[in-house]
Amino acid sequence: MPESATTTPGPAAEGPREDTPLLEVRGVTKAFGSGRRRLTALDGVDIEVGRGTTLGLVGESGCGKSTLARVLLGLERPDAGTVRFDGTDPFALRGKELLAWRRRVQMVFQDPFASLNARMSAADLIGEPWRTHRDVVPGAGAREKRIRELLDLVGLRAGDAHRYPNEFSGGQRQRIGIARALALDPDLVVCDEPVSALDLSVQAQVLNVLSDLRTRLGVTYVFISHDLSVVRHISDRVTVMYLGKVVEHGETDEVFETPRHPYTAALMSAAPVLHPGGGSRREEIQLRGEIPSPFDIPSGCRFRTRCPRAEEQCASEAPPAAARGTADGGEPHTALCHFPLAAGSSWA
Amino acid sequence: MTTTSPPTRSDADTPALDVEGLCVELSTPSGTVRAVDGVSFSVRRGRTLALLGESGCGKSMTALSVVGLLDPAAAVTGGAVRVRGDDTLRMSPAQRRRLAGPVLSIVFQDALTALNPVQPVGRQIGEPFRIHRRLSRRQAREKAIELMTRVGIPEPRQRARSYPHQFSGGMRQRLLIAMAVALAPDVLIADEPTTALDVTVQAQIMRLLRDLQDERDMAVVLITHDLAVVAQRADDVVVMYAGTVVENGPVRDVFAAPRHPYTRGLLDSVPEDSVRGRPLPAVPGSPPELSAVPAGCVFQARCPLVRERCVRERPVPRPAGEGRSAACHFSEELDRA
Repeated sequence: MPESATTTPGPAAEGPREDTPLLEVRGVTKAFGSGRRRLTALDGVDIEVGRGTTLGLVGESGCGKSTLARVLLGLERPDAGTVRFDGTDPFALRGKELLAWRRRVQMVFQDPFASLNARMSAADLIGEPWRTHRDVVPGAGAREKRIRELLDLVGLRAGDAHRYPNEFSGGQRQRIGIARALALDPDLVVCDEPVSALDLSVQAQVLNVLSDLRTRLGVTYVFISHDLSVVRHISDRVTVMYLGKVVEHGETDEVFETPRHPYTAALMSAAPVLHPGGGSRREEIQLRGEIPSPFDIPSGCRFRTRCPRAEEQCASEAPPAAARGTADGGEPHTALCHFPLAAGSSWA
Repeated sequence: MTTTSPPTRSDADTPALDVEGLCVELSTPSGTVRAVDGVSFSVRRGRTLALLGESGCGKSMTALSVVGLLDPAAAVTGGAVRVRGDDTLRMSPAQRRRLAGPVLSIVFQDALTALNPVQPVGRQIGEPFRIHRRLSRRQAREKAIELMTRVGIPEPRQRARSYPHQFSGGMRQRLLIAMAVALAPDVLIADEPTTALDVTVQAQIMRLLRDLQDERDMAVVLITHDLAVVAQRADDVVVMYAGTVVENGPVRDVFAAPRHPYTRGLLDSVPEDSVRGRPLPAVPGSPPELSAVPAGCVFQARCPLVRERCVRERPVPRPAGEGRSAACHFSEELDRA
């Protein structure tokens, strides 16, 4: 195990507060364009990610999950709402403080073929972040040693350091992408569909690398994926999004076993499974139509146009977030719905 | 709902599609490689056969050979593709074209590139009727509208005048399916028909394909890399690796007790019923480049059962239970694992 793995992630200026979540997003709204071409990508989104935990972010295209990822990375400034990272608002930072914060949040991209510069060797790619963040690993000797450690950490060989992306398979390239994200010892890693471009037999290897790093380094992940079985495997908590809103949130097993929002239930019933009849709810719920245009969001509950349970109230009133405590008194399981599904109830 | 009567039914014993020992070679800048190496399978009307494998395993190349749409850089170098008993590989291009539509058709993964961007969709869907049934423009248009209604396009009469880019991904896939089933083919090949779509739309498209298959009694060859789709949708499965068939048989039996270590590895890699925090049993390494497929067993470099014989001798498919076969020297050992 490399030495640096034992050093805890760097504390913030005001010191880490173990009781607060690492990341707290409240009421974040982000729109693009104006007038009739105004698209509200995020509409009052709340999420929370505890230190060392993994939050799975699920939703179909256009739900806002990638915009949210960009906000978390500080690449998009929200129009309203607050982002707190370890107690600090990253959007209030400037200069050196901003640079120091950026080191703490890194990203793993979806496509390992497009996200690596073909003209840089693995060592150059992994060490590139140090050109900006010079004092994370000072000195050529230390950098070389650290690159070897990082390669080892993601399951590549020291001899791979001087090879170029075209000499690697998709899974190996994704390992380079992960090593590169870890080069700055980040506290939070945002993974945007990190395994969806990989073949199944290789997907499992990369998921194992990610879980292993969490155990060894205590990294916190926001894990974005459309693949429910992958999300279930890796996440402690799950947030489901639909057209820019969080429609359901809770502990992973809670959400998967007793989904409360009709959209979550439909999503889960729609995903094909290897062993049908294995435990959870398997009635197939066919949704009507497709996701409405984000330029033209339905009134009231935005899911009502496809919801089999929709009633008049759903068109006139936006639903409140209905919370329910978990069976064992754990954290609440919320659903944004006028008529949430009761635990164990069959589909009506 | 279409008024076309199905083509004459062949004998119940003749499979709608029978592929035997298919070999395809591909010229690349670094020489000729064998992309498909002795692939055999057959499928009857009303049944669904899945060609399952990862990228580069030869499944799409197999499909394209069946419909005669191989890239010019690739050529069929051996084997037979029998449709209703006749070998299409020995037919003239004109004879093959007559099969395309009424007997054999294909749905591609990417509907945007498969549709003509500069022609209204109604005209494209009506085209098979103009060519094969010699219907007038007006009649073909009515047929197209009927089909669009059947595959669930809202306001089909107006939408027939729209262009492909004016539809969503799911709707485009429906249009492509409408065109493929227009002449009620015996065999429908679906090449990753839902991979580019969202989960809830995927389910709708799969349901539509199933309903159309039942209505028209088609044989469906489903090409996919998704094990769950195979489990849910197919009757039989052919598992491909590095251009060869490593295992085949009824899905239920193969998935319950795989007889090839690769199939076993794939099934174990699915993070379903997995325990959080526990590593997934991953298959080490990655598939070989087609230019570097080893002489012995194609899976030797990643196989947990590998031994000297596997390096020396390529296993041929051996019977492995009722309607099943597996290309592994030591498949019996999997029962004990």
